[in-house]
Amino acid sequence: MSDKYIARSTAIAARMLGGEMMVMSAVDSTFFTLNEVATAIWQAADGRTPLSEIVARRVCSEFEVEPEVACRDAEQFVDELSQHGILLVSDRPLDNLSSSPVEAP
Amino acid sequence: MNQSHEIAIEIGGMPILLRTQDGSFRELLASRYAGFVGSSLHPKFEFDVDLVPPSAEMDSDEDVHVEMQEGEWRLRRGDFRARWDPRAGRGRIRQSANPYSIDSVLRIVHTLILAREGGFLLHAASAVRSGRAFLFSGISGAGKTTISRLAPADVILLTDETSYVRHARHGYRACGTPFAGELARMGENCSAPIRTVFLLEKGPENKIEPVDTAEAVRSLLRNILFFAEDTELVKMIFRSACEFVDRVPVQRLTFTPDKRVWDMIR
Repeated sequence: MSDKYIARSTAIAARMLGGEMMVMSAVDSTFFTLNEVATAIWQAADGRTPLSEIVARRVCSEFEVEPEVACRDAEQFVDELSQHGILLVSDRPLDNLSSSPVEAP
Repeated sequence: MNQSHEIAIEIGGMPILLRTQDGSFRELLASRYAGFVGSSLHPKFEFDVDLVPPSAEMDSDEDVHVEMQEGEWRLRRGDFRARWDPRAGRGRIRQSANPYSIDSVLRIVHTLILAREGGFLLHAASAVRSGRAFLFSGISGAGKTTISRLAPADVILLTDETSYVRHARHGYRACGTPFAGELARMGENCSAPIRTVFLLEKGPENKIEPVDTAEAVRSLLRNILFFAEDTELVKMIFRSACEFVDRVPVQRLTFTPDKRVWDMIR
């Protein structure tokens, strides 16, 4: 996995409700419900931690999943959310962004 | 000197004063919104209505656009143009002398007001039974009008088309609206705390089933009326939908067009 940096867009609204993370684009109103693994990646998307490190620390160590599978799924998840502008992706740290906060339930 | 004619349309306890130079248009509004005409002494917002002759300019098929510009909401559709400064509490509507354009403007204005207060307008029929409100949400054809038509005599119909949801201190209240659907009957101008929202489906038998949280939020968002191209307000609507689902039961109601369905709604 080439290093990617991901950050939550500020043009989204997100909330953990009923044990599920719900995310909506404020631009096109696309609505996503994230599973546990996707939620872990989402919450770690601070723009500074490489995606590979997020997968290793937050996915492989906490969920029973092979690293290769985890990386492939993470890439797919990031691609899909970035297409809707929900996640921002860069090959460099996204230091100047203030990621959108996740609201408490 | 032109005489102005005023009328306050009060929906959801929110009086909006409309001022026109045309007495017959005022009478048309009084008739259309009978039951929702309030006192014009303390309006929350005021609109001057400029009536123009029907013309090519005001007769296009342009879709509705709602955007904030320089502190004012600008509303436009093929048949109307409107401006509204929420801080000043004043606005202006330009349309021909028909009741449909102003009806749309009022709906849009109420969505904007409610969004900031944690409420919303919902594609849903609503009714009060034993002091509690039940909402029946769904797209066209889901059965909003049908279930309204089947309501027994002890049920007070708030609307068969567009429900008005206000965030109150201890929960949410549904208010009656004059926004009628196929039933072509105005709702009662009253309100009650919301007991349950039912997601409507027609089916071979009457049954109520649980709905998971994500589906409830998704369905609610799909049926909330919202027109503004404004990311902050969209975020507010999302928050409102989540908070609502957190506090109000949302269930699926499959029903067959038979009065017995109301035996399950208490």
